[in-house]
Amino acid sequence: MSTTTATHHDDHGDHGHPTGVMRWVASTNHKDIGTMYLWFSLFMFFFAGALALGIRAELFQPGLQFMEPENFNRLTTLHGLIMIFGAIMPAFVGFANWMIPLMIGTSDLAFPRLNNMSFWLMIPAAILLIASIFVPGGAIAGGWTMYPPLSVQNPSMAVDMSILALHILGISSIVGSINIITTILNMRAPGMLLMKMPLFVWTWLITAFLLIASMPVLAGALTMLLTDRHFGTAFFDAAGGGDPVLFQHVFWFFGHPEVYIMILPAFGLISSIIPTFARKPLFGYASMVYATAAIALLSFVVWAHHMFTTGMPVAGQLFFMYSTMLISIPTGVKVFNWIATMWKGSMTFETPMLFSIAVVFLFTIGGFSGLVCAILPVDIQVQDTYYVVAHFHYVLFSGAAMAIMGAVYYWLPKWTGFMYDESLGKTHFWLTTIAFNITFFPMHFTGLAGMPRRVPDYALQFAEFNMISSIGAFALGISQLLFLYVVIKAIRGGKPAGDNPWEATEGLEWTVASPAPFHTFETPPTVK
Amino acid sequence: MSQDTKNYYLPAPSLWPLIASISLFLMAGGFAMQMNDMPVGNYILIAGVLVFTYLLFGWFKEVIAESLSGFYNKQVDSSFRWGMGWFIFSEVMFFAGFFGALFYIRTFTLKWISQSTLVWPDFAGTWPTSGPAATQALEAMAPWGLPAYNTLILLISGATLTYAHWGLMKDNRKQTIIGLALTVALGALFLYLQVHEYAEAAFTMDSGIYGSTFYMLTGFHGLHVTMGTIMLLIILFRVMKGHFSSKDHFGFEAVAWYWHFVDVVWLFLFVFVYWL
Repeated sequence: MSTTTATHHDDHGDHGHPTGVMRWVASTNHKDIGTMYLWFSLFMFFFAGALALGIRAELFQPGLQFMEPENFNRLTTLHGLIMIFGAIMPAFVGFANWMIPLMIGTSDLAFPRLNNMSFWLMIPAAILLIASIFVPGGAIAGGWTMYPPLSVQNPSMAVDMSILALHILGISSIVGSINIITTILNMRAPGMLLMKMPLFVWTWLITAFLLIASMPVLAGALTMLLTDRHFGTAFFDAAGGGDPVLFQHVFWFFGHPEVYIMILPAFGLISSIIPTFARKPLFGYASMVYATAAIALLSFVVWAHHMFTTGMPVAGQLFFMYSTMLISIPTGVKVFNWIATMWKGSMTFETPMLFSIAVVFLFTIGGFSGLVCAILPVDIQVQDTYYVVAHFHYVLFSGAAMAIMGAVYYWLPKWTGFMYDESLGKTHFWLTTIAFNITFFPMHFTGLAGMPRRVPDYALQFAEFNMISSIGAFALGISQLLFLYVVIKAIRGGKPAGDNPWEATEGLEWTVASPAPFHTFETPPTVK
Repeated sequence: MSQDTKNYYLPAPSLWPLIASISLFLMAGGFAMQMNDMPVGNYILIAGVLVFTYLLFGWFKEVIAESLSGFYNKQVDSSFRWGMGWFIFSEVMFFAGFFGALFYIRTFTLKWISQSTLVWPDFAGTWPTSGPAATQALEAMAPWGLPAYNTLILLISGATLTYAHWGLMKDNRKQTIIGLALTVALGALFLYLQVHEYAEAAFTMDSGIYGSTFYMLTGFHGLHVTMGTIMLLIILFRVMKGHFSSKDHFGFEAVAWYWHFVDVVWLFLFVFVYWL
């Protein structure tokens, strides 16, 4: 191996352009790895979206239409797991791969080979999760949170496969985060001071910290689950002196930072987009950085607001209620700053900007319903109802996923060298936004009226709202095919983009050619 | 070939990441089958472990060769330092999860179970315990026998490792080798005594919550000591081959950090699992 190493390095600095399958499987190029992450994420987005359509088809009418209740539970569980770990998170890592080196003026991530390993670990995890649908006993059905005792008692091998898949994804996330954090701290171009970094880089620095701090705790929870299932331990068994509620504490100590792992990079993305189309610098840059850090730190002391109804001393409930409400302050700072950035700007409304404005507006609705859920007596009413489903889809779909779509439109010219079809992009935006609200807004009503989630049937009084939700969901799903079409069309050709298609005033990524060359910034630029 | 510090270091395309992915796939798939009484899983698991071992040898061999050829500039060195530091932080959080579980059980759960007098009226809820449904008395591990010796062994191993580091700083290879060899020997002695302790223990992993937390915490610590000892052994061979100098020895330092981390975890274990 050492001889091949030596020959490899003879052409160091000028590797040329690897071709064929080796370009992808052996890649050490942040742009190629970023592209793989983004395609993987899009595939998983469609896969988990199809599962969601199964859920909505069953809920179109009261009564059992298409499936056994067990299968309904499998759909909700896999939809959650795959959307979180297979679609949203890899998409953000894809953006981090593509954009962070371009934004801070470095040639690649700090550890390019480990970077490729982080991506290729997603594949076995995805295979394990998807294959678990077909094993005897059926896929994991206890919800993405996998609470014991159900997940300990479920004899299906699929539970073990899912646990091990999450272990692998955890390794991938931790390795990827160490890579990103090291890149940001150590590989910035001369003059790129921390407080000059684009906000997307800042949000990823903080997200990577959250991942490194929380993913190992998930690994611990999963390991205890696995040993309780197969090796006789009693962590979650009261008869042996354990406690099923312990799992919820350990899980949500990971789970709540995880929620911010899925939204902070989205904040970073729209903080890049809004200033460009408002033609003004981001308002309150420093306060944005501090607000992001404050949200991240608070995320470690709010976890038990997911468990208000599972039993906890009142002092604990009050602490977690107030700490949760505290998060709305830094979040409010951010929303204020985005609006202040747009204030008196020379705004234009291209597709990325439309998505960003929608994120500010719709995410804020999700933020407010989160505040409602944080209030202890209210939460005891709405726990495990569709109100919570509405809440987290307003933050995860219209927060994270729509920010991702907007950012894809924003940087697609840089990635492909071609402008996407603007009118199709706008059509996709309006279809998505309208269908999204048709799907999820009625869930606020059904939830407040008491419709429980994760149940395939419901009382007749919820029939109309559920029918509306299901129609919206299918419209939302089909609209995303348009997104796929626009992306493929832009890859295949179109109006040449030029280096800086948006007349952006900031960002090193706009100083390189479009499409971005295979290697960029091999000698670091100097930042003023 | 000399590295201009103004340029970034870019490694050539590599297949090791894919091999890592394949090995983890085999291990996870095999383990899932093995746990569910499918004997073929054992073979797949072993195949995964073999591929993983091949991967570790191959990838590290490549990295060591690159390091010796002088490809790594100051910036790469600094990246390695940040990377190792954050890796150890992730390990800290891994153990923190299990310690958190232990504290939660001891502080809250046992009290609450003992208060629920309807189901288990006789349960006192005192630590250590095998839980309210246990049929036989628990004989917990005494701290001031083997565990105390093991504490001493690990503390001394930290000192011998520092002695080796001083030798490296002075380019005194003999001192480095003696220090490292002593550290490896102490690590191996620790592991031997730990295995002995497990064999003699009056309780097992399924002896309720005490056995669960005891074996989970000490087991994962033992696994880390095993990895640390192997890493130290490899560093010892590399020192003998003259891979390090007083100016350039990050491989040594990374393993030393790791070893001290494992040492500190043990101190927490000794206090909270064995003693208090």
